[in-house]
Amino acid sequence: MSTAEALACKELVELVTDYLEGALAERDRVRLEDHLALCEDCTSYLEQMRLTIELTGMLTQNEIPAEGKEELLEVFRAWKEQR
Amino acid sequence: MASSEDLVLVEALRAGDERAFMMLVERYGPAMLRLAMMYVSTRAVAEDVVQEAWLGVLKGVDGFQGRSSLRTWIFRILVNTAKTRGQRESRTVPFSSLWSPDTEAEPAVEADRFRPAGDPSPNHWIEGAPTNWEGVPEERLLAGETLDRVREAIEGLPPNQREVIRLRDVLGWTSAEVRDALDITETNQRVLLHRARSKVRRALEQYLHDEKVAT
Repeated sequence: MSTAEALACKELVELVTDYLEGALAERDRVRLEDHLALCEDCTSYLEQMRLTIELTGMLTQNEIPAEGKEELLEVFRAWKEQR
Repeated sequence: MASSEDLVLVEALRAGDERAFMMLVERYGPAMLRLAMMYVSTRAVAEDVVQEAWLGVLKGVDGFQGRSSLRTWIFRILVNTAKTRGQRESRTVPFSSLWSPDTEAEPAVEADRFRPAGDPSPNHWIEGAPTNWEGVPEERLLAGETLDRVREAIEGLPPNQREVIRLRDVLGWTSAEVRDALDITETNQRVLLHRARSKVRRALEQYLHDEKVAT
């Protein structure tokens, strides 16, 4: 791995989303993976990011829908009438 | 592309199936209301926008061709309705900037966690680098309290970051769906998502670290 091209940890943390989104250019992806192969800390960081996404996905929508369901039902029935 | 479930639902709507309609209202209503509030000033107006959007959905359902997912299509109608209403409110912030990330840099990780320039390995992690969360017992990691922290962190985000992470990571939309529904660029979406996820990670790291210290 050439050090001139090597990625610093500080740069890597800004590229993680692009990496996970598959939006990195091939060359940058390789640089990032080269770094990961040698850096345990950044590997942990990436893993933390993956877990963060996973935990976020476990949130359920706990909001109660707005009132107005009855009104919407009326909107629907009126629309159906006119069809 | 519309899924087969989408097509079944669309057929049901066309046939005037009330239950299918109410199911969609329950499924998407809350997210539609939140999103509408990005464009208009009050909750009451946003509720109005949502209702108008549903009417738009019904009026347009015969023309739905399945080129996008049903939810993308519904949310596009919502966003267009909300924009039209928002314009009438003579707002000062143009909608084009609504989904533009703040130009001020927001580092994913605090700068002082990296070695300074002049250090033999500048910009590499200093002591207290990220640790592997696999060391955290699963029952703690998946506990309601951990999820509460995630929820709090999301609620505390700037509105555009908050809505993007909700659509992507809470509701599980693809980036194409979010881009099409909100009419935003791939890049803006990615920057907003990056900032949002980075902050949620930080909140979790803080919480899990404190827990470890406490035990």
